[in-house]
Amino acid sequence: MTSAPSSDGLRLVDHRFFEGVKGGLPQRLQPLTIERTYELGDMLVREGDIADRFVLIFEGKVALEIVLPDRPRVTIQTLGGGEVLGWSWLLPPPQWWLDARAVKRTRTLEIPAPELRAALDARPEDGYEFLLRLLPVVAQRLDHTRLQLMDLHGG
Amino acid sequence: MAARSMPVPVSDAPGVSPWVPVPFRVEQRAVETADTITIALTPPKGVPPIPFRPGQFNMLYVFGVGEAAISIAGDPTQPENLFHTIRSAGRVSAALSQAAPGSTVGVRGPYGTGWPLAEAKGKDVILVAGGLGLPPLRPVLYEMLRDRERYGRIEVIYGARTPKDLVYYNQIQKWRDRTDLRFQTTVDAAGREWYGDVGLVTARVPDIRIDPANAIAFLCGPEIMMKFTAQALEAKGMTDGSIYVSLERNMKCAVGICGHCQLGPEFVCRDGPVFRYQDVRRFLSVREL
Repeated sequence: MTSAPSSDGLRLVDHRFFEGVKGGLPQRLQPLTIERTYELGDMLVREGDIADRFVLIFEGKVALEIVLPDRPRVTIQTLGGGEVLGWSWLLPPPQWWLDARAVKRTRTLEIPAPELRAALDARPEDGYEFLLRLLPVVAQRLDHTRLQLMDLHGG
Repeated sequence: MAARSMPVPVSDAPGVSPWVPVPFRVEQRAVETADTITIALTPPKGVPPIPFRPGQFNMLYVFGVGEAAISIAGDPTQPENLFHTIRSAGRVSAALSQAAPGSTVGVRGPYGTGWPLAEAKGKDVILVAGGLGLPPLRPVLYEMLRDRERYGRIEVIYGARTPKDLVYYNQIQKWRDRTDLRFQTTVDAAGREWYGDVGLVTARVPDIRIDPANAIAFLCGPEIMMKFTAQALEAKGMTDGSIYVSLERNMKCAVGICGHCQLGPEFVCRDGPVFRYQDVRRFLSVREL
């Protein structure tokens, strides 16, 4: 994995998460970002570790995996460009509940959680805008989980 | 390519009763997954191959066991080998799954309306298959790839429970290598040996690159999959008039008489199995049918 402060590379404003946003939120958050590149097999996060950052995927593919005692690990979802890793960093206790592993070379922008939370606290309108964008991600994951329970591909 | 006229069922040939299956020979049998096989059937001497359209089905009869409606999964330009992909799920399909090369299977058909390929000309095309929904769409791909320049972008999304449940695995790898279509596969769950997507077909819809105002979608799979995929396509800007679904019902006579497959005013065997989503969506939300 390689990382560098994002200066002239990936831009938050180009990510689907911020699509159509008004008021300069991605521009204000851009200085907080770190650009990272993960090679095939690199771990982005590990279950149980502190959820210390918000991860926006620009390119590549990330597998979300669950480790089961005495069983092979299971991939329950893959995320690609335009998707975000999750919201564990926002809610206490900030802890990752899954492993995330690059299954392709993956480029991300990541925002350290303390700085992001502070920035959103400092401008509540930004915090509201941010949550309006994060909530559909949560809702979509819940919907997909429900559909998976209904065996959508089973026929 | 000129639109084909409706193929005449083999059982409708002069002097042949529509109720009497014609004995076809099982020429090949290929194992797709642990519970799914593909067989190739050839007509008996003196009976010409059955022309068919993508999306049509045959009634396959295992003598002494029973009959089942099975979609035709082969290349429409090569009807001399009639391909059917069958999952062992009930008594008849279990018997069909055991059909060995050289054995005989009764055939009535082809029946049904088929996918509206003529309407797809000049448009972006989205094919979404779930589970055993890929075989009825495979003839569409054969046709479209043969006349590739007549269509816009072609996006295929195929979902299965696990990597081991994917049918036509080798053929999918070839389709994925093509630059003139995008073929995405996704599974519900997988181990580390799988480097493809994990998730639902609906999750892949936001990524497709189409012009929603000039696109057509063909969906085939469990009804719940089609319902939620149609929702995702509508969120993408498509209308329910440009989305088609292939429905599966308990087909017995296959000629619109017995009523076993009736869905509201429609007979799925005769008026379908392919329907415009706009025309049947209300039936997919009825609490009790």
